[in-house]
Amino acid sequence: MNSSLILGIVTFAYGIASVLYASALIFNKSSIGKAGRFLTMGAITGNIIGIALRWIESYDHGIGHAPLSNLYESLVFFALVTAIIYLVLEIKIKDFVVSVFASPIAFLTIAYASLSPNISDRIQPLIPALKSNWLIAHVFTCFLGYSGFAIAFALSLMYFLSNENDSEGKKIFSRLPSQSVIDELTHQMIMFGFLFLSIGIITGAVWANSAWGSYWSWDPKETWSLITWFVYAILLHARLVRGWSGKRIAIISIIGFSAVMFTYFGVNYLPGLHSYGS
Amino acid sequence: MTNEQFQERINNKATAGRNLHIIWHFFTSVKLAIVLLLMLAVTSIIGTFIPQNMNSNIYHNTFGHGLYEVLNALSFFDMYHSWWYQLLMFFLSVNLLVCSMDRLHATRKIIFVKNPSYKLSVFKHLKANKNFSIKAFPENLEGSYKHFIEKKFNKCIVKSLENGFVIFGEKGRLTRLGVYYVHLSIILMLSGGLLGSFFGFEGHVNIPEGGSVNTVSLKKSSESVELGFEIKCNKFNVSFYDTGAPKEYKSDLVILENKKEVVKKAIIVNDPLRYKGINIFQSSYGSMPPEKITIAISSASSGITFNKELEIGDAVDLPEGLGTFSLQKYLNSYNFRGHNIGEAFFGTLSLKDADEPVNVLLPLKYPSFDKMRKGNVILSVMDFETSHYTGLQITKDPGVPLVYAGFLLLIIGCYVTFFMSHKSICIEVCKKGGKSRVTVAAKSNKNRLGMNEYVKKISEQLSAMNI
Repeated sequence: MNSSLILGIVTFAYGIASVLYASALIFNKSSIGKAGRFLTMGAITGNIIGIALRWIESYDHGIGHAPLSNLYESLVFFALVTAIIYLVLEIKIKDFVVSVFASPIAFLTIAYASLSPNISDRIQPLIPALKSNWLIAHVFTCFLGYSGFAIAFALSLMYFLSNENDSEGKKIFSRLPSQSVIDELTHQMIMFGFLFLSIGIITGAVWANSAWGSYWSWDPKETWSLITWFVYAILLHARLVRGWSGKRIAIISIIGFSAVMFTYFGVNYLPGLHSYGS
Repeated sequence: MTNEQFQERINNKATAGRNLHIIWHFFTSVKLAIVLLLMLAVTSIIGTFIPQNMNSNIYHNTFGHGLYEVLNALSFFDMYHSWWYQLLMFFLSVNLLVCSMDRLHATRKIIFVKNPSYKLSVFKHLKANKNFSIKAFPENLEGSYKHFIEKKFNKCIVKSLENGFVIFGEKGRLTRLGVYYVHLSIILMLSGGLLGSFFGFEGHVNIPEGGSVNTVSLKKSSESVELGFEIKCNKFNVSFYDTGAPKEYKSDLVILENKKEVVKKAIIVNDPLRYKGINIFQSSYGSMPPEKITIAISSASSGITFNKELEIGDAVDLPEGLGTFSLQKYLNSYNFRGHNIGEAFFGTLSLKDADEPVNVLLPLKYPSFDKMRKGNVILSVMDFETSHYTGLQITKDPGVPLVYAGFLLLIIGCYVTFFMSHKSICIEVCKKGGKSRVTVAAKSNKNRLGMNEYVKKISEQLSAMNI
């Protein structure tokens, strides 16, 4: 049993869980949703075991390091955190509907990591710049933030589908929570994401200062994380001070998540210091 | 002073006051903050697509002359340090400061109160409320209810009513300050950055193994800075993984003051040396030109060969009195018929039976390269001493403590703002027949939707209590 095999099974499990959640919504049967929940729990356990095994395997290769050092490892971790958050949310609000929209994110992320020919899943040794205790703190907090925003994005999509006024013709979506509930949950997720994005940027800055002597160098990834931070800061001010809610917040949340995606993937096509993330 | 002059002065003063008021009012607006954040976000994007601080020739080639001139005039090639980007940040800081002061002034009566008073009437109209009846007299409930609220809230006041009592509980009043922590943290970070840009520096030095420096040339200008001490590099080492990827760059450094060794440390990436406010980081490395080279000189006709160690400028007599060879210079990299053959030495061969001296190329990678010349005398590289130089990034940034304080405050501030709230609760207990009627109502400055759940939970806990 090695980490690749386990993570392969986990990918499959996330996929099935997404299908189960979607069917639960379509056929309006919460028992199928429950099955999705149990499968997610299993997938999360497998995901954790897979990451732990990979960590152990890196020591067997004599290049031991936390499995958070390249794009493959970060995607696997991102899937895990996203799944944990949607599961917690599902249990907390006693409704599986959020998972219908959030579980595909976890599935697509880990599937992309495993299947894309451009992403190597080999365990590679750490280059000197990454050999630091800040690596774990930085990647861990950044991805908690990204996952928070990913769930907020799923909620914002839900917001547009749950139209309270016309129940006819869109029966599937009548099962969705009310817009005010979605709006509040989006806000909660964005606050969670914003806190951890802030900590992620800060740990990155502190790390940069101890690795190459300047806490901020306007490298494209740094700049894009700041742009993301600006977008969500705008959202929070618009909401808390100007009283924006609903549709407008959902739109900014979607824009914010596109900025997250660009920070994560797009930046790899721009020149800069973070090239090892590609 | 005439009456008119006096009147004019008053008018002037009033206008000045009005102007000040207009400016103040302009900066108290949250709309302005949103617009500034939006402008910062949008302009920041540009700088990630136009590579910053490159050679002007590259920009010339990419954009053409006309566009280059325009972009350059608007500082788009160093836009994060341009006057207009810094002005945006300055406006944001003033906006944050003025806005925070304005709001703090408006809410100071809510936040800083020594003895807050509670009015039952306020709680009567709250949406988050719940009633239930309990088989007990109010006087029997008072003690345990008070105890319950005291445990959950940090302020608890009990007042008697005509036919019962009311308990007010309150906590988290100071969490209302969370948002000001966040704003202050940003001002701290920006002032730290400003301090660093005025009183700090960022420079780079290359020190050959065994060499030392006491000045650093700066990145942004051509100036150099006196360090006040000497940095010596005893040894540089680079190691590789089996895959060929670099594993570790290490420089053995010594700090010397008045020729005396004061600190000794081997630095690697992620583990710098800090001395007297100056930080020394491992950042690059390279090879030094070999100072000595051993070449084999052989005569093609007789086959006689001998080795000779040479330095640049040295000349050596050739065997059989054929002439002399002199080592002229070292070349960092050499292009031979379109191929880069790397480091090479260059010398001239003066033969007795030739009219003109012959140029000889001695690439270090290809020791017997000279055989191709097919001359009477063949020169080949036998041995050369290599040494490295270490590239060190040297920085001084007195703004770092301020920036780090800002970091800490930002995290605390965000946590307090997002996840803590100012809550007040009111529990009214009135006698009704043989029972007590209990009304729970609560309010919070955040998450108003969640208050219904909260009130429900408290009511359940109260009604489930064993009296």
